Amino acid sequence: MMKEETDIIDQVVSQEYKYGFTTDIEMETAPKGLNEDIVRFISAKKNEPEWMLEYRLKAYKYWLTLESPKWQNFDYPPVNYQDIIYYAAPKEKKKLSSLDEVDPELLKTFEKLGISLDEQKRLTGVAVDAVFDSVSIATTFKEQLKEKGIIFCAMSEAVQEHPELVKKYLGSVVPHTDNYFAALNAAVFSDGSFVYIPKGVRCPMELSTYFRINAENTGQFERTLIVADEGSYVSYLEGCTAPMRDENQLHAAVVELVALDRAEIKYSTVQNWYPGDKEGKGGIYNFVTKRGICLGDYSKISWTQVETGSAITWKYPSCILKGDYSVGEFFSVAVTNNKQQADTGTKMIHIGKHSKSRIVSKGISAGKSHNTYRGLVKVNKKADSARNYTQCDSMLIGDRCGAHTFPYIEINNKSAMVEHEASTSKIGEDQIFYCNQRGIGTEEAISLIVNGFCREVLNQLPMEFAVEAQKLLAVSLEGSVG
Amino acid sequence: MLEIKNLKAEIEGKKILNGINLVVKPGEVHAIMGPNGAGKSTLSAVLAGRDSYEITAGEVSFNGKDLLEMAPEDRAREGVFLAFQYPVEIPGVSTTNFLKTAINEKRKYQGLEPMEATDFLKFMREKIELMEMDKSLTSRSLNEGFSGGEKKRNEVFQMAMLEPTLAIMDETDSGLDIDALRLVSQGVNKLRNAERSFVVITHYQRLLDYIVPDFVHVLYKGRIVKSGDASLAKELEEKGYDWIKAEVEAATV
Ligand SMILES: Nc1ncnc2c1ncn2[C@@H]1O[C@H](COP(=O)(O)OP(=O)(O)OP(=O)(O)O)[C@@H](O)[C@H]1O
Ligand SMILES: [Mg+2]
Repeated sequence: MMKEETDIIDQVVSQEYKYGFTTDIEMETAPKGLNEDIVRFISAKKNEPEWMLEYRLKAYKYWLTLESPKWQNFDYPPVNYQDIIYYAAPKEKKKLSSLDEVDPELLKTFEKLGISLDEQKRLTGVAVDAVFDSVSIATTFKEQLKEKGIIFCAMSEAVQEHPELVKKYLGSVVPHTDNYFAALNAAVFSDGSFVYIPKGVRCPMELSTYFRINAENTGQFERTLIVADEGSYVSYLEGCTAPMRDENQLHAAVVELVALDRAEIKYSTVQNWYPGDKEGKGGIYNFVTKRGICLGDYSKISWTQVETGSAITWKYPSCILKGDYSVGEFFSVAVTNNKQQADTGTKMIHIGKHSKSRIVSKGISAGKSHNTYRGLVKVNKKADSARNYTQCDSMLIGDRCGAHTFPYIEINNKSAMVEHEASTSKIGEDQIFYCNQRGIGTEEAISLIVNGFCREVLNQLPMEFAVEAQKLLAVSLEGSVG
Repeated sequence: MLEIKNLKAEIEGKKILNGINLVVKPGEVHAIMGPNGAGKSTLSAVLAGRDSYEITAGEVSFNGKDLLEMAPEDRAREGVFLAFQYPVEIPGVSTTNFLKTAINEKRKYQGLEPMEATDFLKFMREKIELMEMDKSLTSRSLNEGFSGGEKKRNEVFQMAMLEPTLAIMDETDSGLDIDALRLVSQGVNKLRNAERSFVVITHYQRLLDYIVPDFVHVLYKGRIVKSGDASLAKELEEKGYDWIKAEVEAATV
C-alpha cells in the first residue's frame, strides 16, 4: 500500500537538501582539462572500437569551432572547460559479473538515496541502471528483460555488445553538430543507459536510470539512447542527485529517443541535482539536450519532467513528429527557489500529417529565483492538419522572484490548429489563511497548494515517482515564505 | 469556553472592533446580527487569527488558553473552526486530500498517529451521509467552480469532519436556496451537543428558525450593543436596525 502523500510531506518538511553527502571511495580520474588525449583516454578506458573513438574525435574537433550560446534568459559565469575532470570512476579490481562484487560503499550510497540495487528488495515494477559519476555500476533485472528480447544496459556495454544498434541510432536524433553541449557530450560522454524494445513488446516494468555525481570538479556527461521498435511500449524514468559542493558542476547530458511505427515511449525525469545554497553558491549547471523522434506513423513520445534541483536548468526536451498521426507530449513542472534559475520548455516540430502535440508547463518561482518557459511549436509545410495545444501556468511565491514566458510559433501550413493559453498566479494569503484555519501550517499549505497547481503534470508520473516528486516539491520550497 | 474581553482591533489605522465582550459557554449557540460593515466578519477573522488586523486591546481566552497568542493553525487544532463568508478556491487539491491533511495535522498536534487511509475514507463516508452531501463534490478541486451554495455546504461539511469545539459560521446561510438552507441547518443541529458551541453570524431570522439560538447579539460599529434571546432576532426582522442605532446614538450623546 502506498504511503499517504501527506504524511510523506510531513516527514520531509524541515529538511534541506538531504542528498548532499559524499561517498568516500577510491576513484580513478582523468587529469583535469580537455584535449584530444582526454578524448582518447576516455575511449581507451572503455575499451571502445575504432568507430566510436572516431565519432568522439569528430565531435571534439567540431566543438572546438563553437562558442557557448548566449541567448538564454539567465546569467552565469563562464565555465572554464579546462578546469573540469571529464572522467571519474570508482576503482574496480576486475570486471564484475554480479552485484555481489560491487563495492559495498557504492551499494550503500544508492541505498541511502533510496535506490536499492538488490533485486530482492526492489519493488518488482522497476528495473534500475545506476550511474555513479562516469560509469554504470549495476543494472537490475537484466536477465528477466532479456527473455523478452529487451536490451537494458549501460551505454558503454551497448557499444561492445550491440554495435549495430548503437551505430545506427547514436547521434541520429541529436547529432554532434546540434549545439555546443551536444558536441561536447558526443566527445566526452561517459556512461548512460541504452534501451532497445523489440517489435511488438510491451516492456513489463518501468526502466530507470539513477544518476549520481559524487566526485569533485567532475562533469557528468551521460548519454542515453532509447529505441522502441514497431508497436512496442516502454516507460523510462530518470532521477538524479549530487553532493553539496561550493563549486558549480557541469552536467551536459544527451538523451535520444526513437519511436518507430505505433511505438510509444514515455520518458519521465525527476531532476534534483544540488541547487546551490541560499546565497547561490555552488550547485549544478544542468545543460541537457533531450530529443525524441516519432519516426513511425502513429508513434508517440511523451516527456514528463519535474525539475526542482540545479543552480541553473537549461533544457528543452523536444519531439520531432515525423510520422503521420504521431503524437508528442511535454508535461513539465519547474520549481526555482532562492537564487536558482531555470530556462526550460520544449520544441514540437510537426512534419507528419495529422501529427498532434500537447504542452503543459507549470513554473513555480520562489525566493529570488527566475523561471522561464521557452517553447517552439513549428508546423512544416507538409504537415497537414497538425494540432498543438499549449498551456503555460506560472505561480509566484513572494514578490522577489520572476516568471517569464516565451512561446514561439512558426506555422507553414494553413490547416494547422495551434492553441496557446497562459496564466500567472500568486499564492494568495487568502489561500494560506484558509489552510491555516483548518489546522494546516504555512509550509504544508504551500506544498499542498503547489502540488495542486502541478496536479496535471504529477498525474503523468508513475506512482513511485509521483510520491518522490511531491516530496521534492515540498523540500525545495522550504523557507520560501516567512 | 470562549471569553472575549474588551477586544479592540483595527486595520490600516481604521478602528473596526471597539471593545467586544462576549462569553460563550459549552453547548451554547450565539447568533450575531448587525448591519453591513458592523465588524462581524472582522470579529470572526480576529478569532481565527488573521494577521492583517492589529489587535490594540483586550483578551480572548479559549478553554483557559490565551487564544490571541496562538498561531492560526494551532487555534484550529485546538478546536476553533471558521466557516468562511467567502470560501477560498484551491485548484488541484481535492476536498478529500485537503481534509485528510487537515485531520492528520491536528492529530499530529495531539500526538496521535496519522489516520489510516481506509479509516479516513470510512469516516468521511459517514460524514457525507450525515450531512447529506453530494459525494462527487469531495473529489473535485476544493471549492473550484463550486456554486455559491455548494461552497457554503462544503464549509459545513468540513466542520463536520473536523469536529471543532467552537464553530464560527459567517453568513453560511447567504446564497443558499431554500432546500440547502434546510439541509445546512439540519446538519448543524446534528452537530450540536453539550460540548460544542456555535457563533452564528447571519442577517436573516429564517436561519434562526431552524438553528434556534440561546442568545442573539447585535453588533454595531464594532460593539455588541444589544443582547437578548431568540425573540430579539424576530424583533429585528420586523423593525430593522434603526431603533437600535437610535438607542446607541442617544446613549452616546
Ligand atoms: N482589509 C481591510 N481594509 C480596510 N477596511 C476593512 C478591511 N477589512 C474590513 N474593513 C472594514 O471594516 C468594516 C467591517 O467589515 P466586516 O467585514 O467585519 O463587516 P461585516 O459586519 O462582516 O459586514 P457584512 O454584513 O457586510 O458581511 C467595514 O467597514 C470594512 O470596510
Ligand atoms: Mg461579513
